[in-house]
Amino acid sequence: MTKYLIRRLIIAVPTLLGISLILFVILSLAPGDPFAELALNPNVPVEVRENLRRQLGMDDPIHIRYVKWLTSLLQGNLGYSFVSRVDVTQLIWQRLPTTLFVMGTAYLVALLIALPVGIISAVRQYSWLDNLATTLAFIGFSLPTFFTGLIFILIFSIYLRWLPMVFTTNVQAAGPAWLLEIVRHAAMPIMVLALFEGAVLTRYIRAAMLDVIRMDYINVARAKGLSERAVILRHGLRNALIPVVTIMALQIPGIFTGAIVTEQIFRVPGIGSLLISSIQLKDTPVVMAIVFAYAVLVVVFNLIADLAYGVLDPRIRYD
Amino acid sequence: MTVGRGFAPGAVRAAEAALARPPRTLWADAWRQFRRHRLAMFGLVVLTFMVFATVFGPLVYPVKFNEIDMTQRLKPPSLAHPLGTDDLGQDILARLLFGGRVSIAVGLAAMFIAVTIGTAVGALSGYFGGTVDHVLMRVTDLFIALPPLPLLLLVIYLFRDPVRGVFGAELGIFLLMVTVIGSLRWMPVARLVRAAFLSIKEKEFIEAARCVGVPGFRMVVVHMLPNALSPVIVAASLGVAAAILQESTLSFLGLGFPPDMPTWGRLLFDAKDRLDMAPHWAIFPGLAIFLTVLSINFIGDGLRDALDPRKVG
Repeated sequence: MTKYLIRRLIIAVPTLLGISLILFVILSLAPGDPFAELALNPNVPVEVRENLRRQLGMDDPIHIRYVKWLTSLLQGNLGYSFVSRVDVTQLIWQRLPTTLFVMGTAYLVALLIALPVGIISAVRQYSWLDNLATTLAFIGFSLPTFFTGLIFILIFSIYLRWLPMVFTTNVQAAGPAWLLEIVRHAAMPIMVLALFEGAVLTRYIRAAMLDVIRMDYINVARAKGLSERAVILRHGLRNALIPVVTIMALQIPGIFTGAIVTEQIFRVPGIGSLLISSIQLKDTPVVMAIVFAYAVLVVVFNLIADLAYGVLDPRIRYD
Repeated sequence: MTVGRGFAPGAVRAAEAALARPPRTLWADAWRQFRRHRLAMFGLVVLTFMVFATVFGPLVYPVKFNEIDMTQRLKPPSLAHPLGTDDLGQDILARLLFGGRVSIAVGLAAMFIAVTIGTAVGALSGYFGGTVDHVLMRVTDLFIALPPLPLLLLVIYLFRDPVRGVFGAELGIFLLMVTVIGSLRWMPVARLVRAAFLSIKEKEFIEAARCVGVPGFRMVVVHMLPNALSPVIVAASLGVAAAILQESTLSFLGLGFPPDMPTWGRLLFDAKDRLDMAPHWAIFPGLAIFLTVLSINFIGDGLRDALDPRKVG
């Protein structure tokens, strides 16, 4: 298992390098000069500006600039925010836990919905339950998250007045009241994400289960007198989960899309809303750093999926 | 002579009858299969309606989409304004019809770019194999690992103003949006085309074509691509829905089209802060996106069933 893990880690390195290269090329292709404002300032002489440019290595050839940028990136130096003058790394670390909390819980809820629904759909293929689940799943992943979010606000905050419109992590209460407040605040952003992801996952789990339950070994398991429950869950589901994990890993970049949108709608103070506000404030170092942080998260989650793979299917570890 | 080689008279008659009928073509078979898919037919009807409404609607509907009337602000649906008005008293139905053109056009154009890139990469990879295949597939994997929305936001943030300067506000953002969405969506198509090419390459008719000296380019375009078309069609139809969603997401985040190009996502962006006073302003554009995406997804599902050669029925 350790060897398998190490091999996976080594494969992640070129991916991260590739992503950093793409980001750097995009940034250097973009027109606009960070010194443009300085050039407009009559109090800054031209020589000072030129000196600054040279000191910061702005006139170096592109590959040297890339290596310099990458080295400082590897040292954890992502630069300073133009707007708040705060270290970008610090900004991201402040916001990251909230994003991971909302996304993680949402994904968990999505799995809790999708697993039973997907399994029942597959076991009772073409029953009214399957048809209902299929239709609902199609509706679920055709409803854009920003629209579900607005509808939720409309129903639960404006008409029913049950839930607060704006998310906050700063809850002034203790004990069970505190937990209730957290749930009330997080319910809508989490449900919006969970419904969308749950709909997608239901389809994949159903398809994977359908492939598996036609296999001969399922018939064997039945023939030797196992209970239906054991046949479906132990012999069917475990094998069906292998392709599902692959799909889940491939879905991860897409989940960020939903997460950014929900963070924006419910003003969740995560890295997604930080990204949008930095774009509005034209805070380039923060924008770059967050996009890179998302890319790193994708790679990390892919690694986790690879691990899950190794646990689910022992054969994979030995190839 | 082995037993059972003789044909029963009934079978001969059935075969003759089959010969007398017009030949069944691949596309007619696919259509027959597609028609049986109830949800796909529903999708086809809804989508046709949406496309017709957005193409011909603005020509028929008398109210202009940018006619400001401050006496009619935030009015709920009425006879004069079937879907109500926004905060400038503009008619929402007119804006919906006009904006739908842009939303659907973005979806189609972005998917066209994605299919073109994807087919080229997949075909090169599958046809040549070896190092070319290896390099191209690594690049594809790399693109799959990119988070699409953050990257889209970054590119639009960096390039919006210069592109706008060159092509003008509307065309500029359209071109930028379509290019970026398209160039981040080609990977599934590339993988599908490559997989199809790998199996087609081994078929006898390709060997036969090579024997009669068909040159490489002609081989790919005439003999191989048509046989790899089915999965591409399915992926492309689903991709249109995804591209429409992506455009509306960007516009919803305020980084898409300007307010004088009222795409569906842009309408929702403008409406979201007046949800309490004018819910209709957000609901109708949201429904438009939802219905379009849903019907395309249903059509894609129907196409998959109809074009999948493994499924006989």
